[in-house]
Amino acid sequence: MCGTDKKLGEIRALILVGGYGTRLRPLTLSRPKPLVEFANKPILMHQIEALVDAGVTQVILAVSYRADDMEKELTEQVSKLGVSLTFSHETEPLGTAGPLALARDLLSTSTEPFFVLNSDVICDFPFKELAKYHRSHGKEGTIVVTKVEEPSKYGVVCYKDDGQIESFVEKPQEFISNKINAGMYILNPSVLSRIELRPMSIEKEVFPFMARDGQLHAMELQGFWMDVGQPKDFLTGMCLYLTSLRQKNSNKLYDGACVVGNVLIDPTATIGKGCRIGPNVTIGPDVVVEDGACIKRSTILRGACVRQHAWLDGCIVGWRSVVGRWVRMENTTVLGEDVIVKDELYVNGGQVLPHKSIALSVPEPQIIM
Amino acid sequence: MLKAVILIGGPQKGTRFRPLSLDTPKPLFPIAGLPLIQHHIAACAKLEECKEILIIGSYTTNTMAQFVSDMQKEYHVIIRYLQEFAPLGTGGCLYHFRDQIRAGNPSAFFLLNGDVCADFPLKELWAFHAEKSEGLVTIMGTEATRQQSVHYGCMVRDPASKAVNHYVEKPNSYVSTLINCGVYVCSLQVFHTMAEAFEKKQNGFYSGNGQSGHPGYMSWEQDVLAPLAGTNKLYAMQVTNWWSQVKTAGSAIYANRHYLELNRGRLDGRTAPCQILPDVFLHPTAVVDSTAVIGPNVSIGAGVTIKAGVRIKESIVLNNATINEHALVMYSVVGQEAVVGEWSRVEGIPSDPDPNKPFAKMDNTPLFNTDGRLNPSITILGAGVVVPAETILLNSIVLPHKHLSRSFKHEIIL
Ligand SMILES: Nc1nc2c(ncn2[C@@H]2O[C@H](COP(=O)(O)OP(=O)(O)OP(=O)(O)O)[C@@H](O)[C@H]2O)c(=O)[nH]1
Ligand SMILES: Nc1nc2c(ncn2[C@@H]2O[C@H](COP(=O)(O)OP(=O)(O)OP(=O)(O)O)[C@@H](O)[C@H]2O)c(=O)[nH]1
Ligand SMILES: [Mg+2]
Ligand SMILES: [Mg+2]
Repeated sequence: MCGTDKKLGEIRALILVGGYGTRLRPLTLSRPKPLVEFANKPILMHQIEALVDAGVTQVILAVSYRADDMEKELTEQVSKLGVSLTFSHETEPLGTAGPLALARDLLSTSTEPFFVLNSDVICDFPFKELAKYHRSHGKEGTIVVTKVEEPSKYGVVCYKDDGQIESFVEKPQEFISNKINAGMYILNPSVLSRIELRPMSIEKEVFPFMARDGQLHAMELQGFWMDVGQPKDFLTGMCLYLTSLRQKNSNKLYDGACVVGNVLIDPTATIGKGCRIGPNVTIGPDVVVEDGACIKRSTILRGACVRQHAWLDGCIVGWRSVVGRWVRMENTTVLGEDVIVKDELYVNGGQVLPHKSIALSVPEPQIIM
Repeated sequence: MLKAVILIGGPQKGTRFRPLSLDTPKPLFPIAGLPLIQHHIAACAKLEECKEILIIGSYTTNTMAQFVSDMQKEYHVIIRYLQEFAPLGTGGCLYHFRDQIRAGNPSAFFLLNGDVCADFPLKELWAFHAEKSEGLVTIMGTEATRQQSVHYGCMVRDPASKAVNHYVEKPNSYVSTLINCGVYVCSLQVFHTMAEAFEKKQNGFYSGNGQSGHPGYMSWEQDVLAPLAGTNKLYAMQVTNWWSQVKTAGSAIYANRHYLELNRGRLDGRTAPCQILPDVFLHPTAVVDSTAVIGPNVSIGAGVTIKAGVRIKESIVLNNATINEHALVMYSVVGQEAVVGEWSRVEGIPSDPDPNKPFAKMDNTPLFNTDGRLNPSITILGAGVVVPAETILLNSIVLPHKHLSRSFKHEIIL
């Protein structure tokens, strides 16, 4: 027993939820990205629940854009979890570091470290291990890193065997390492002295300097990880998440005659006869899947309807949208909220803005305004 | 007594109808459930006075025997197939078989191109012809757009007498919007004119300034009709009935729609096995699941199996093909014994005449455009082709007996 095993309850968490979520449009035209349901739960709730599991009792949400929507919905959902939610409102988007300066008063009430999270990453959240490791090395900050095949679109990290980060380079041109910033950190309040109250990027203006000063450590993530901020990655992340549910023998996975592989179906959804659902499908509350539909690698959001004999592969169907009979949709087609796709159409990689009714096929990837 | 002659060409003709003509000779390709030229035969057989139908072509008699014998049984007229030893052209073949046509001394004979489809108004045509005492030939004519007219035989008529004063086959520049439909009434004396034309051709051939090819070759349009224009022996009756050529595979779907409409009522009296959106021809031996939805404009051949939840529209499904569960077939021809997998989508691009232009006809565009890309057209599955489950086949042509293993778009699959 060493004295570092303090209760996590004293650790606070700040989640960055103020981005515009442009890359997840058209879904984010209707709902802020943190509230978009991933595997039938708002992306943000995956994180809050994991934080609660790890004993965190105070969560600060750094909001700027569409704050009211989030405040209304989340306060209700979170109240059941016994965690206090505090909203830190920005009047202008402050990037990924500025919000920490804005919440300085909340974060410096204690000398305990705090978690900082991007709101759009999905994994087996390792908060307990992260806190433990952070305390063990005694430096200012620890970031979770994960291994990816194509690191160039992320913040790339090089570190020594003991975990100390030597360099942190955001979106490098040349290959440096395949370990990247997983968007989850634990920082001591002393880091706040490195941050100013202005739009500021933690990846470009804070981490590289902490690394230079030998104050930043890396902890490698075990298991899957995905930034689900883009439709393609959202679907890939869903596959990984469902696979991990399977490995944990989760009873959330649906078992039924028409199901193939890992599938989540909300109990309020109805599935018709002769369907084939799966592998890797999430079906939300109040969704209706009519007879003879086939759905693979897709997310169907609340209240949507997939009509008879439709065939879907690699699609996100927005809230209350209707996919007509004998429609074929594939290749990362994303329907915004309340879209209607008329019977017998073909949609290949279409991104359809909310409240649109489409009566003509979309044979090549295209944005439908 | 009247006769009818149907010209059907031979295996060398009808290449634009490929690959449909790879499995079935084009004249026998089923449109609205009947071989293309059965519609001609039905129209001729409706005329009491028509006692004999001669089909002339260079297909082997074997190819045609079954059809001819079926037709004999179905229609109470004499039907014979006359095989040319070599393609003699539209005029040459007529002249070659002139004795067969003249036998029995009919008052006139109808001459029908085998590759047109129409609501053939033969009675009216005959009445019109009978009135013109000097007339050797009456051409059925129809209105075309200025732009498209040049792809046909173009005629200029005397407005009062209806005599054709000028005839040009496929002119290079605009001549007239009145075009030749390839449907005629001819008096027997036309063979005198043909004899002269034939002699001219022969002289040309042996003096070395004729075309190469067969010495018996003669074009009905160029060597007979064109010289007859302006002699008061050639007439044209203009009709507004539906008419179209059947040149490209795409025109099969268009022709199907119109023949189904003309033959409406053939399904009457039978209870529909599933939801039918008219017009549909369903062969009585086809097995159709009650949850399928078929039509409009669909012909389903003998022995076809259509499984649960299938949707078919604007298509022709040939004998013994199978369409599996939840598949969608539209603007396509599914060949004999072909199989479409469950949840697959077989989709062509409609190539109908421009509906916004009055008198527009099918654009008989070639298979490929100038960039070597497949022109938009119906999708065609040759005989025995297998389309796997859950794939899409869009605007593609699959030659017979190919088993596909993935989706294809805008391709010809050999
Ligand atoms: N509070 C706050 N959070 C932000 C801001 N910009 C980005 N974020 C959050 O930072 C995290 C990482 O940002 P990105 O992955 O770029 O997400 P995004 O900006 O929402 O989405 P894109 O528009 O697609 O880039 C997300 O959780 C965002 O919500 C900001 O200005 N203020
Ligand atoms: N028996 C016979 N029929 C022929 C011959 N040539 C053409 N035909 C048929 O006669 C009809 C008219 O043929 P064409 O004159 O080639 O057709 P077209 O309408 O002028 O159009 P193109 O195909 O563009 O030349 C078609 O039904 C052909 O099958 C021939 O040499 N012998
Ligand atoms: Mg961003
Ligand atoms: Mg011709």
